Amino acid sequence: MADPNFLKFDTLSLHAGQEVDPITGARAVPIYQTTSYVFKDADHAASLFNLETTGHIYSRLSNPTTAVLEERLASLEGGVGAICTASGHAAMHLAIVTLMSAGSHIVCSQSVYGGTYNFLKHTMPRFGIETTFVNPRDLDAFKDAIQDNTRLVISETLGNPGLEVTNIPALADIAHAADIPLLIDNTFATPYLCRPLDLGADLVMHSATKFLGGHGIAMGGALIDGGRFDWEKSGKFPTLTEPYEGYHGIRYEEEFGPLAFLMRARTEGIRDFGACISPTNSFQILQGVETLSVRMEKHVANARKVIEFLNTHDAVETVSYPELPTHPDHELAKELLPKGCVHFQFHCQRWPRSWQGVYRTVADFLSSGECGRCQKPRHSPCLDNTSANGCASPQECGHFRRNDPPVSGY
Amino acid sequence: MYVTVNNTKIFAATGGREFDPSQPTILFLHGAAMDHTAWALQSRYMAHHGFNVFALDLVGHGKSGGEIPASIDELADSVIAFMDAMELKEAALVGHSMGALTALSAAGRYQDRVSAVVMIGIAYPMMVGEAFLQKARENDPAAYQMMIDWSHARPSHRGAAEVPGLWMIGNALRVVEKSGKDTLYKGLSICAGYDGGFEAAQNLKAPALFILGDKDMMTMPRAAQKLIAAIDGQKTVMLKDCGHMQMIEKAADVRSALIEFL
Ligand SMILES: Cc1ncc(COP(=O)(O)O)c(C=O)c1O
Repeated sequence: MADPNFLKFDTLSLHAGQEVDPITGARAVPIYQTTSYVFKDADHAASLFNLETTGHIYSRLSNPTTAVLEERLASLEGGVGAICTASGHAAMHLAIVTLMSAGSHIVCSQSVYGGTYNFLKHTMPRFGIETTFVNPRDLDAFKDAIQDNTRLVISETLGNPGLEVTNIPALADIAHAADIPLLIDNTFATPYLCRPLDLGADLVMHSATKFLGGHGIAMGGALIDGGRFDWEKSGKFPTLTEPYEGYHGIRYEEEFGPLAFLMRARTEGIRDFGACISPTNSFQILQGVETLSVRMEKHVANARKVIEFLNTHDAVETVSYPELPTHPDHELAKELLPKGCVHFQFHCQRWPRSWQGVYRTVADFLSSGECGRCQKPRHSPCLDNTSANGCASPQECGHFRRNDPPVSGY
Repeated sequence: MYVTVNNTKIFAATGGREFDPSQPTILFLHGAAMDHTAWALQSRYMAHHGFNVFALDLVGHGKSGGEIPASIDELADSVIAFMDAMELKEAALVGHSMGALTALSAAGRYQDRVSAVVMIGIAYPMMVGEAFLQKARENDPAAYQMMIDWSHARPSHRGAAEVPGLWMIGNALRVVEKSGKDTLYKGLSICAGYDGGFEAAQNLKAPALFILGDKDMMTMPRAAQKLIAAIDGQKTVMLKDCGHMQMIEKAADVRSALIEFL
């Protein structure tokens, strides 16, 4: 039997979402640098505003250049659609405000990007949403932390800074047993190395600022829905199943089926909170997505070389990298990240001189600076620590917190 | 909205409007393994442009209860039973694929109840490939993939959906994947087994519209030609670069064709 003739990763990363402009024949995705769109007549306008018909109204809600990026990322992640946002943080915020209100609760891996941690730990409680943080390797801790008012479980494909590999299938089962969805921040793996939706996650988010762009010139985020979560059966998500007065009593789940979450997120979250991406940034990120597979392959190859070097350097005490048999999640990584990983972590004993030496050598080794970027290193790890995180590009300082368990105590 | 029909709970989406007895009514009938959301890009629009709308989850599908009947005629009977329960004297039937055969069967046999019939993505006879049917019989997910692959014209495989941010292939896959055990197989089987098409065509009183996709590989336009020829005064709209998911792939064109015809 012939395989279904779906387009493959590389073709999708070059073409998905784009219809070549029928008038100009422009090959590249045009930048539609416009705030608004002309309506054919009053009825057209009214039917667009009332979600009766499809199209663009105002670039806060949607934009043709951004729509190409959205479809492209949704296709690469295997989702039903996507919304791109001003930054990765905006995508995380959009997911949360679409799913829950004050009085709700989140269970999140404690090993997440520092900005995510701050946002959930210190900012969201002001709006009535509390988060319990748990060790991402401790699945029982996730289960135990889920309360009646928990509405979302969050983790990263690869923990930061601990490089824990999230057991996405097992964590999805835990979330689903509680009738709540699992959101995976897939920034560090990208859909090239891991497709969380295929593994059971319900939602995926990205800081497109990182590997998807790959050039370090454009902020952006993405939120992708796998479309499998049954909001009606769960009964815990009135934003998706109950009438919404903002659109004359529309019930999103009933009206749009698998697209319910994204429709609500666009017509409420993006509309009202306004964290839309600029069309030019969408264009810039699209340029990166076109080369995602070749860049990720190169990043992985580079990371492996750096690991070889670190493994043989006397000043280096420990090296953590999911592909090494000594990594606690080595087996899981083989299963969930079979194409490899880009990030690693190492510790040096003789502080600080030898550490700096290692860092300088590693920095020379690396072809990229900021996380996911392809040029010279721009950031140095915190020099008052003796541990550093790297991706085949070391990351920004912000990627690890000084009081993080793996960093503190040195 | 839920209605009890023959002791079975039937769901119908109404496009966000209350029923208004002074307006004409449209019933939307989805295809095999689909549900009312197939019409999301038409039903709400029609409901706000002068029609009462019921986009059904056909018996045994989506949010409706019951079992999928053993024939297209019985499925059509269940649609008429829904009209009875709603006290609808007549309605326009707009069907897609299996739903189009159902609309045809109902229009041929209940002439005074059907004011117009729109058949989207139809072929008659509706042949189903043995390999595809076999996978569906086994509830093999490969059947869903084959269906969604063939249901989209090649340009739609690249996307560029009319709904900003929608990835059509992914969305269509999710709809059929959740249709439940045996749903696709039963749907395909009753389509393949339907043999009342020409008789229904002969008996048809209602005006008929065909909406076909020029690149439809599930129900190729040429496989509809004999049926089209058997209906006097029918109209046909051929959508360009369109596969078998006409209501999503060419949502605006389908809306215009409906508005013009109804
Ligand atoms: C894993 C991860 N998630 C989310 C974010 C936040 O994304 P942004 O900086 O685009 O808002 C970052 C940024 O560094 C990140 O590394």
